Formats: sequence, C-alpha cells, structure tokens
Amino acid sequence: MKIHEHQGKDLFKRFGIPVPRGQVAFSVDEAVAAADALGGDFWVVKAQIHAGGRGKGGGVKLARSKAEVRELAGEILGMNLITQQTGPEGKIVKRLYIEEGADIQDELYLGMLVDRATNAVTIMVSTEGGTEIEEVAEHNPSAIHKIHVNAATGVLPFQVRNVAKAMGMSGKLSRSLTSFVHKLYTCFTELDCSMAEINPLIVTSDQKVVALDAKLSFDSNAMFRHKDLAELRDLSEEEPSEIKASEFDLSYIKLDGDIGCLVNGAGLAMATMDILKHCGGEPANFLDVGGSATTERVTEAFKILIGDNVNAIFVNIFGGIMKCDTIANGLIAAHKTLGLKVPLIVRLEGTNVELGKTILRESGLTILAADSMADGAVKAVDAARKHREG
Amino acid sequence: MAIFVNEHTRLVVQGITGSAGGFHTQQMVAYGTKVVAGVTPGKGGQSFEGIPVMDTVAEAVAEHGANASVIYVPPPFAADAIMEAAAAGVELIVAITEGIPVLDMMKVKVFLRDYPNARLVGPNCPGVISPGKAKIGIMPGHIHLPGRVGVVSRSGTLTYEAVGQLSALNIGQSTCVGIGGDPINGTNFIDTLSAFQADADTDAVIMIGEIGGSAEEEAAAWIAENFTKPIVGFIAGKTAPPGKRMGHAGAIISGGKGTASEKVAALEAAGVKVAPNPSEMGTTLKTLL
Repeated sequence: MKIHEHQGKDLFKRFGIPVPRGQVAFSVDEAVAAADALGGDFWVVKAQIHAGGRGKGGGVKLARSKAEVRELAGEILGMNLITQQTGPEGKIVKRLYIEEGADIQDELYLGMLVDRATNAVTIMVSTEGGTEIEEVAEHNPSAIHKIHVNAATGVLPFQVRNVAKAMGMSGKLSRSLTSFVHKLYTCFTELDCSMAEINPLIVTSDQKVVALDAKLSFDSNAMFRHKDLAELRDLSEEEPSEIKASEFDLSYIKLDGDIGCLVNGAGLAMATMDILKHCGGEPANFLDVGGSATTERVTEAFKILIGDNVNAIFVNIFGGIMKCDTIANGLIAAHKTLGLKVPLIVRLEGTNVELGKTILRESGLTILAADSMADGAVKAVDAARKHREG
Repeated sequence: MAIFVNEHTRLVVQGITGSAGGFHTQQMVAYGTKVVAGVTPGKGGQSFEGIPVMDTVAEAVAEHGANASVIYVPPPFAADAIMEAAAAGVELIVAITEGIPVLDMMKVKVFLRDYPNARLVGPNCPGVISPGKAKIGIMPGHIHLPGRVGVVSRSGTLTYEAVGQLSALNIGQSTCVGIGGDPINGTNFIDTLSAFQADADTDAVIMIGEIGGSAEEEAAAWIAENFTKPIVGFIAGKTAPPGKRMGHAGAIISGGKGTASEKVAALEAAGVKVAPNPSEMGTTLKTLL
C-alpha cells in the first residue's frame, strides 16, 4: 500500500525525523491559506499523487509570493500529471502540499527496503540526490553506498558513520545523518514498511539532513496490526477494478488484452499469461484467486473480469488448497446473477476435480472444457478471436 | 530414499482444528502420512479424527515423537508457530500459511540461526511430497506418481502443473518441494538442489522459478559448479508488465537482475535446459532421460 508525501511526512514527524513545515491543500484558497499560515517568503507547491518523478513532470514548483502560490496552485490542481512512473495516461492532481522553502546546500538520496538476498533491510545512500536511483546505478554505481542491516541489532551507528565518511562527511553532518537513519529505521520497522525512499534528502547550510521528500509503501500482509495506516489509503489513486479485487482478497492487475484469466496461484497465473501470448492471444488481466477463496469471492472475481470487456474468459485451476467444486459453484453463481455472454474456457485439475466437473456438467452452462493448460490457451485465443469478429 | 520427507516422517499439524488444517490433515492421512499429533493452543486434550490435539509442539515431540511439523496457522500467529516448532526440536518445518508479514519472517530467520538442525520450508508454499511415501502440505496427492524425478518450485500451482505433465508422460517423482514465493523464506533452490544431487533415488530435476529477486540466478551459478544431473528449468512471468509488483528500488539491489529473460539466460548458461513455455516442462524433461 502506498500513501501520499504529506502523509509520509506526518508519520516521519511522529518518529522525530526532520521534515520541512507544510500543509495539505485541496483547493487554491486552501493553498494560499497554507502559505499564509506557514509564513516566510518562498514556498514550494507540490502535487500529491502516488508516483515519483513529479518535479520533472511539472508537478513541483517554487513560489516567491502568495500571488504566485495562488497562480501555481491553480495550474497544478486538476492537471493531468504525466511522469515516468504514471505511464502515458498520467494522473489527475487532486491535492497539493504547500511547504516552506528549504535551505538546500546539497542533495542526497536515501532508500530503505527489505532485501530478499540478505533476509534483512538494506539501506542505500547516494550522493546524487534528485536523480532516479536506477539512473545512478547505471551511470555512476560508485556513488551508491549500501548498508546491510543485521536484523538482530538494527542499523548500527558505525555503519552510517562509514557511509558518511565515504561520502566525505564528518562532524556534525555525520552525526545528523546517523541520527536520521536510526530514526527512519525505527519508523520502517515499527510501521511494517516495505520501502522508504527519500529523494532528495537535503543537507542544510547548518549541516543538518532533512527529508524533502517522503515516499513510503507498506507490507499489505502486516496491515492487520496497523488499522490507523489503512485510513491513509487514497482510493482515488488506484485502479477501480483493482480496489474491488482487493476488497475480496483477490490479487488482480489490469492488463491491455481481451482474454480474461481466472487462475489460482501467482506462478500459474503468470504462466497462463505467458502461454496465452505464446498462442497469439493477449491477457486482459492477472488474477490470482488465492488458496482460500470462497464461492462468494470467486463470484466477485468473475464480476471483475466481465467488467473488463473481455472477449473470452479462461479459467485455469489446478486445485491444491483451492477446491475445484468451489470454483465451479462460484462460476455458476456468477452466471446466475450476471449472465456470462462471452465464451468460457475451463480447465479444472487437482483437489476435488471430479466433483467440480460434475457440478459444471449438471449446471447446463455452455462451457468449453480444456484438458490441459495448452489446450485451454489455444481454445481461449480462438474463441476470443471469433467473439471479437462477431 | 527421497529427500526431506519419507515413510519414517512423524508429523504434527499446527493449526489442526482450523478449516484448512482439518481438511488437509484428512487428505494427508488418506495419502498415508503418519500424522501423530495436532497442536492448537487452548484445545489440548481434545482429538481430531482420532488424532490427539495438544497445547504445545513440545508436548507433541515429547509424547508422540513428532519430527516434522506442518503449519496452517493464520498469518498473525504463524511466525510464532514456526519458532515454537524449531525450539521444540522439530527437524522439518513446513509453513503453508500465506500472508506472513515480511518483518516477522526476518525475525524468524534470525531465530533459526540458533537451530541449525531445523529445516524450514516455506512459508506460502504447497509443502513437500515424496510420492508413495508421505505428503506434507496441500498438494493434491492423486496427481503424483512415485519415481525418480525431483521437482523444486517457487510457485505452488505451477508445481502441480509440472507434476501433472510428468505423470501424464508416466514419469514418476522422487520428491516435490515447494519452497514458496515470499521474499524471505526458509529452504531455497540451492538447498533443495544439493539434496537432490546427493539423493541416489533422484535421476533428474525440474526447477521452476518466477520473475523477481535473484534466487534463480544464484541457483544457476551453483548449478554450473556443483550439479551433475540432467535439469530442466522454467521461469514464469515472461510476459508480465514490469514495475507492477516489484518495488521501485528492488531491481537495483539485485544489480538489475530479476527479469525472465535474464533468468533464462543465466540458467541456460549453467547448462539447464529451459522449457520454452509452461505446457512443455514435462516433455522437455523427457528429452533428457
């Protein structure tokens, strides 16, 4: 789960992590009022969307007067912001963050994430603040310094001092960075983050580090113990069909093709997409119904697929913990409430397969049965083409 | 011989009174697995289908000689259950549970360093089966056939797919191990492959990976140096759109590794025969026998 920059900074404050003062604004008047309340003589007007690269896309601008705050807020609010991470369709800006202008002497990058290679948290610091970390990794990898945190001890002061030293820092600045990293690690572990990225992390003229940005994402598996974080979710930033899917614990990603896929297991779901492409088709989605889906959840899954305007639906189930009869009953329930008007290709195998097949046979539904994944993919691609051509 | 699981395995089921735990206990018993006890804290003294239920894993070990455990405990309590099993002296811990917070697994990994004899498989995995001997987990038993091909996979249902293809070709399996798809897990590809290498009853292996992380690349490097048996690979996610699931900085940390094409190239360079698509895992292996 992702949150907005201004929400991330509120969380940072809770852990004593230094951030500039700022206020969220949902209208131009609120933006001007925020600048008023903050005082000072220059402000930054920042678009709040769940994607990086906002500055380059024209979503972050400096204002030298309140009139300019008004002008820029009017310009940015409601704009369709296109960045490297939003994709070509962009995202409409619905809220702003008005921040006091910062005293910037230098810009760094700081990233923190769970590293599967070390089974612990890895911290990356780069001297090239403001630049995407991928770009730095490609063009100037020696600018990136890594700290592999020992999960038993947490990040240790000497580890940060070593990185500070390697970046040419000492004295007060090194101490400021050490304290910053320690607090961020506490925030990361207490809130079950999966990633924290601060780009840029600025060095002020009085030798302190301050988070000028705050990009946090959380481990969705840990949300049961962070009910307060769930309230920070901004549903308008997410794909509507993906929201619907998450309500029913379905793992769903919308794609561009026209063959709906309903599969159990992420690996098999990806393999199903692979074989559809191999056979000349285009999947409309990735959908893993998971292992513990009920008939109700399977029904919802079908509803989401139909909402995607597909030309065929390929159900590829190899039951383990998921039982084939549950899938069959969900399919029939979905048909009763919605009426499936597109060809349905079903491959059932695994736990309770005979029961599942019997239920489908006795339902009287028109189903193209497939006896293997390859057979199903060929039939689905063919059926989708015929349906598309009417 | 097989690996990890055999006819001498004495299993305790943690979470036996839950719906998944209960259903799959019946399936495991029906397959012939020796389920000696169940554990559900607070329900000690009851029984489930004739199997004694205890409050703690330590009791199951002391009173019923359990040497393996399977975990169907809900995510908030699953890490505790894994560590309880290790502390009780269980040698094989198979964690089926999906959705354990990754920071909980970080703690588990640290804890397990003190129990070098405890092998964790999973979490978020289908389990381990040695066909004809015993199954621990949630895989459908009837698709398997006893034989001499080992299977190791990050994906549950894709493992069944591979097994289904092998059995349809009348190629049996020695042991099938689902190592799970979570970012932090127990037994990895290399651990499993080295057990297959040492197993006199395994002649060849299918290894199934997927996009993300660098486990397949690491396995490929190990295979090139150490693995001498015929091996087929498959990587799921060739057509997955980039950036959807993998974190932004995630690709950096593994040095730009993680795409299907890089993994396929690494495996092929190590001498692994990679199946061109997921429906040809079985037939590709057949060409090597």
